[in-house]
Amino acid sequence: MGQFDISKLPQGAKGFTHDLGSDQRVFKGVPWGKSMMWIFLLSDTFIFSCFLISLMTARASTVVPWPPTSQVFGLTVFGTSVPLLLIAIMTFVLITSSGTMALAVKYGYEKNRKLCGWFLVATALGGLTFVGMQAFEWSKLIFHDGVRPWSNPFGAEQFGSFFFMITGFHGTHVSIGVIFLFIFARKTFRGDFDTGRKGFFTSMKSDYEAIEILGLYWHFVDLVWVFIFAFFYLW
Amino acid sequence: MGTDKKQEVHTHKIGIYLWIWGLLFVFSFFSYMVDYLDFQGLLRWTLIVFFMLAKAGFIMAIFMHLYWERWAIVNVLLWPMTLIGVFIAIMVAESYYTFFTRLFYFVAGG
Repeated sequence: MGQFDISKLPQGAKGFTHDLGSDQRVFKGVPWGKSMMWIFLLSDTFIFSCFLISLMTARASTVVPWPPTSQVFGLTVFGTSVPLLLIAIMTFVLITSSGTMALAVKYGYEKNRKLCGWFLVATALGGLTFVGMQAFEWSKLIFHDGVRPWSNPFGAEQFGSFFFMITGFHGTHVSIGVIFLFIFARKTFRGDFDTGRKGFFTSMKSDYEAIEILGLYWHFVDLVWVFIFAFFYLW
Repeated sequence: MGTDKKQEVHTHKIGIYLWIWGLLFVFSFFSYMVDYLDFQGLLRWTLIVFFMLAKAGFIMAIFMHLYWERWAIVNVLLWPMTLIGVFIAIMVAESYYTFFTRLFYFVAGG
């Protein structure tokens, strides 16, 4: 963080011009890992935007009707078919895990090692549930409905490739997040962020800021799902 | 909140997180209802986009702490995203053109 007192710097728009015109570093009070994560997330935003914009292009330019996602992703519960039910549950699971992540970050900064660790575990379990439901959704579409990247029984043939590409890329992000959540839960319980123990991979010591950086990634995964939910499933 | 001390910037009362958490559930429920109640046309698109942007805004502002960050990083992160809007506009024009040519050659027969 440097030697300066961040609370004495100008705020708002004045702070913006002050920081951009200042010496040495622009992002005052932002650890390098956090700004790197933000820049990575910005580039990831562009990747997902490209997927969703090409989905828009395919849908707007096809002369064949697009599959009715509401029915395709519906579930039959007790004999009645509920539209989009599985996706709604997945959305709630992911939001729940985003909330537990926010609390993990909060308790991390309060140096509450145990609560931080348990909330990380809860977040990871939420992510695992999400990936499990996605695996169910994929196998239902592949084996039961016969959806392929090049054909499907519901409508426009592009549907399959967009479905597998977009949800697959998002599911990969969730899976990577789950792995890191478990790793960081272990590090938290072991007290790495209190003792400044060096990481096995980076051989650098870190503190609870690492939890916030992991949290940024996890919230981003939730953020992307908000857009996928709106544009792929609801639209 | 969050305008003065570094310590305060990082830890907030649990209430704000629970509020936002609840709001996200409510917004998700509403956007699911848009589909469940089968709204169509302009109403559907407006509601979907509104709930989507509200959720995204709350996640970024509160959960990702952007509300409490200094303007330097907020601006550097948010301005590039306006390019996405430009890209969308270009591709809308492009896809209408493709749609027109497909109708012209496939359906009307050239």
